[in-house]
Amino acid sequence: MTSLVLRRIGYTVFFAVILAFFAIPMLWLASAPFDSKPGLGLRWPDWTFGNVTATLEHPYALTSLVNSLLLCGLAMIVTTVLAACAAYALSRVRIPGRDVLLYLLLLLSSVVTGTAAMVPIFVMMYQLGLINSQYGTALVIAGGMLPAAIFILKDFVDAVPRSYEESARVFGASPGQILLHVVLPIARPGIATIVVWSFVQAWGNFLLPFLLLRDINSQPAAVLMRTLYDEGGSANLTVIPVFSLLYSIPVVVLYLFVSKRYGFRFHGGIKS
Amino acid sequence: MARIKIDQLSTVYPNGVRAVDSLDLEIADGEFFALLGPSGCGKTTLLRTIAGLEQASGGSVSIGDKDVTSFEPGRRNVAMVFQDYALFPHMTVSENIAYPLKVRRQPKTRQREVAERTAGSLSLGGLLERRPGQLSGGQQQRVALARAVAIDADVLLLDEPLSNLDARLRLEARTFLKRLQKDIGITTVFVTHDQAEALALADRIAVMEAGRIRQLGSPRDVFRRPSDTFVANFIGSTPMNLLDGTIENGSLSVAGATLPSPVDLPDDTKVTVGIRPEYLSLEPAGQGITGTVSTIENLGVSSLVTLECPDGSLLGLTVREQHEPAIGSTVTAVPEQGRLLLYGKEDGTVLR
Repeated sequence: MTSLVLRRIGYTVFFAVILAFFAIPMLWLASAPFDSKPGLGLRWPDWTFGNVTATLEHPYALTSLVNSLLLCGLAMIVTTVLAACAAYALSRVRIPGRDVLLYLLLLLSSVVTGTAAMVPIFVMMYQLGLINSQYGTALVIAGGMLPAAIFILKDFVDAVPRSYEESARVFGASPGQILLHVVLPIARPGIATIVVWSFVQAWGNFLLPFLLLRDINSQPAAVLMRTLYDEGGSANLTVIPVFSLLYSIPVVVLYLFVSKRYGFRFHGGIKS
Repeated sequence: MARIKIDQLSTVYPNGVRAVDSLDLEIADGEFFALLGPSGCGKTTLLRTIAGLEQASGGSVSIGDKDVTSFEPGRRNVAMVFQDYALFPHMTVSENIAYPLKVRRQPKTRQREVAERTAGSLSLGGLLERRPGQLSGGQQQRVALARAVAIDADVLLLDEPLSNLDARLRLEARTFLKRLQKDIGITTVFVTHDQAEALALADRIAVMEAGRIRQLGSPRDVFRRPSDTFVANFIGSTPMNLLDGTIENGSLSVAGATLPSPVDLPDDTKVTVGIRPEYLSLEPAGQGITGTVSTIENLGVSSLVTLECPDGSLLGLTVREQHEPAIGSTVTAVPEQGRLLLYGKEDGTVLR
């Protein structure tokens, strides 16, 4: 009896510690932005909106968030559109060595846009005159995400029965119409996954925009975060908490929107 | 509405399989035509080549007066129902039926109107806003049919349209399908491996094997007079008796009995004797095959009686209920006049 009680107490304490480990940073993110003297510790805030005002008045904070939205939105759109087309083609057209090609792309993608290839990418972008270009940076980020996106989406497209497309073809639908009317709607949970995944990947990407966007006016939030210091060289705790909060909102909103509107779920009625 | 003319058509798959082998066929305007055969005989490939989903390797397909061999499926003005119905799960019944019109960029109001009218005529009226997943198998099949007839196609192609339904529903759907085809009068080609379905539905049947047509004719012809032993074996719900026989002194010696030969053949010719169980009857007297009753299988209104003949061969015949002989008794089975068929021992084709 006592051992049972002790065990339950043990479990509860164990899980409470783990929970606290994840919850405390969240609570800090919720309280520190509104504390008059925000620190790195967690405490009941001395309520104020001063930090918010200070952040909004910061010369680069809002611009960087807008930059982030632009950069990541663009990278997401490029990734999703190209991955959908490529996944459809790779799923339906028989080419020799297709699977090897896919695995190689997947394997190399982490190298190609990873740290190892930074110098050649920088040189290439420099010669193309795309340094400080958000479009160029978005393309590089999208290029890095494409192989994985194609790989994931191809599985979803593979699951669409052939007879659906053939049926549409007999009724005279063009390949574009088949993709838009039949394949994409059925592969929608996959598309939703890619939309959120690619946006979040791009949102958190520090290295690429840090190297390719040298002008502080075009830098995204993930890069700007590192410049938020005061004159003394210590972290600017007036701006950082509010900025972190603002920084985390778009990802959560996107997830909730996509989940509600498009759903990470399958339609009923597909018999295998 | 149009006829279909197939001329020397071959379809060869990339792996070298000749699924359709220089095949000639003409299907009349408004005809209900069945392609029948065991799986792998090329019947579905032939249908898909007519639809344009498979590329012909040689020969031509004409619909009406147009040679459509090189046409994309969408330009052939054919409608097709797939075995799994291929209803789009994300569209409602109404959107599914109107899909061919959507592809043709018809206005929304017209799409809706056609969907309502077609659904009404196929008794799907109350289901327009449902999704295919919420329908029963029979309803799904009717939606697929509705989508196919919503456009005025020249030709309707059906790939095993009834095989996904359970047995009782299949009979209902069969009657429905036949009535629908007669009402619309559209040239219809359907593929099936079920001989009963082909016999019941079609105006004409082509029995296929290995990419070629073995026999082409009305259900009655194909049932009564199979042109070779392959067709004889395939058609009929109870298998045809195929026994070894020899011509002796101008008459036929089979299973220990002597019968008048239906065909004049030289003596000592080896033949295969074909006779349907339905065309044999038990008579107290008459020229027939005598044997001992070994098993009796109940088929409902009739029973299938198997006789063991003196030479060891087995002979099946059907008798009306309550006329079954006792097991172990010796009886004589007399073939109906003109129903005995002789097939060549070598090539298995019918001898006239």
